[in-house]
Amino acid sequence: MRGLLQLTIMSFKLYLREPIATFFTLAFPPLLVLLFGAMYGNNPEPMYGGYGTMDITMPAYTALILGTIGLLGIPITTSGYRELGVLRRFRATPMRPLTYIAADLLTNLTMTLLGMAILIGVGWALYRVRFEGQVLSVFVAVVFSGLTMFAIGYLIASLAPGARTAQVIGMVIFYPMMFLSGASVPLEVMPEGVRRISDFLPLTHVVTLLRGLWFGEAWGEHLTEVIILGGILVVGAALAARFFRWE
Amino acid sequence: MSVVIEVVGLRKSYDDVVAVDNISFEVHEGEIFGMVGPNGAGKTTTIECIEGLRQRDSGNVNLFGVDPDVSHSKLAERIGIQLQESALPARIRVREAMSLFGSFYASQADSDELLDRLGLTEKRSASFSKLSGGQKQRLFIALALINRPEVVFFDELTTGLDPQARRAMWDLVRQIRDEGHTVFLTTHFMEEAERLCDRVLILDRGKIVALDTPEALISSLEMEKRIVLTLPSAPDKLPLSDLPQVDRIEHSGDRVVVYGHGERFAGPVITALEHAGIDFLDVRTEQPNLDDVFLALTGREMRE
Repeated sequence: MRGLLQLTIMSFKLYLREPIATFFTLAFPPLLVLLFGAMYGNNPEPMYGGYGTMDITMPAYTALILGTIGLLGIPITTSGYRELGVLRRFRATPMRPLTYIAADLLTNLTMTLLGMAILIGVGWALYRVRFEGQVLSVFVAVVFSGLTMFAIGYLIASLAPGARTAQVIGMVIFYPMMFLSGASVPLEVMPEGVRRISDFLPLTHVVTLLRGLWFGEAWGEHLTEVIILGGILVVGAALAARFFRWE
Repeated sequence: MSVVIEVVGLRKSYDDVVAVDNISFEVHEGEIFGMVGPNGAGKTTTIECIEGLRQRDSGNVNLFGVDPDVSHSKLAERIGIQLQESALPARIRVREAMSLFGSFYASQADSDELLDRLGLTEKRSASFSKLSGGQKQRLFIALALINRPEVVFFDELTTGLDPQARRAMWDLVRQIRDEGHTVFLTTHFMEEAERLCDRVLILDRGKIVALDTPEALISSLEMEKRIVLTLPSAPDKLPLSDLPQVDRIEHSGDRVVVYGHGERFAGPVITALEHAGIDFLDVRTEQPNLDDVFLALTGREMRE
């Protein structure tokens, strides 16, 4: 795994130099907190089981970050690197393909955690948002959900012929999920028909799992989510590995 | 001289198109080996089969006695590659690219010194996307040398460079050879192959047309050499027809073209004119070159 650390650090720096990607990962979720916080505040709502709107947006926006990175960031970057010949240049070195993927995963997970930290920081500072789960448990759930979303992203990158197509596919998949999964607007305020569609969106299960663990529920209560996301992860990663092209 | 690359019966096709058709050759340690031919001749396919970036259909390829398809990572440690088409992330800086690529290898050259040799010191902090075409090309050469490779592969090294930069690149390649590296390059510039390479393989439509030193290839043509002279006051009878090297003479106005053969052809012609006290203005000798070789062997012109 020589080069893994250097490649991860470099990818991380390169990520931070992309203003649009950085904005949507680090700045956009806290801005949503400012906006919706001003509209709804954080008073306990019976609809949300006694939690405030801002309380439940913390795990929801975490899912939003994972969706943004997995469904937009990874497909666009990866297929762009392939199209331009960056991946070809890496392949001409002794660095192993697995090292490249590992560095990319580490970078994207670190960006997710950084985005979460800023999000929670803002939520705590303004609304004293509640957290009743176990840190380790939520961390594991974030990594697990992240890998699932990232696997979908690599699959898009593998199947799309070019960067433009990858971007379009990513957007077509991401935008409905953004609004219909509870990642930006709580499903509780959605009509029944919409919620039936939501059950078919992977990101909905990420939101449900993260929110449950965030407020102290046990993994055992979320076996459905674990099985669905685990299935997507295994199938997505297998297909991505099968169809991934370096050029 | 020991053989570092051995290719036997290499074949590669894409769908129905045969790109490389059963070619065999060897590359010796410490030489500049050039593969020339028109676009689409199969040069890049051949070089990438040797580099281990492309899998051949059949035949054998050995690099240091090892099959590149079997042990890519191990061989990648010992070779340097400049690809015909590749890129780096837009926002990576020159020195960052050097240290990143250096970290992939066990052995590393001094990256500051490499940047200096390639004239990129001032661009150390520039992003890849801000570099000119020539600067990008030089950065890729620096990256190809970052691991002190035993063999360096340059695929279309000087494409897109202006003539001056091209000449500077030739000097650099000679230096690299003189430092003990073996250089394998492809080009579609015959002049580049002629001036730069110790041995040249001419490839056309996936097949080897010729393989030898540029001098041997040219002299094998047994083509006439020409001397073009401008004689302001030329006598009708020039004292040249008796010279054994001279085959025939053509007059047109004050322009005279002398056709002949032999390694030292121009000398006797000039001496004879001076002896006879004939005043001449311009002298230009025209020698056959590799373009003529390609034309003679394939019946077609090399097109850039």
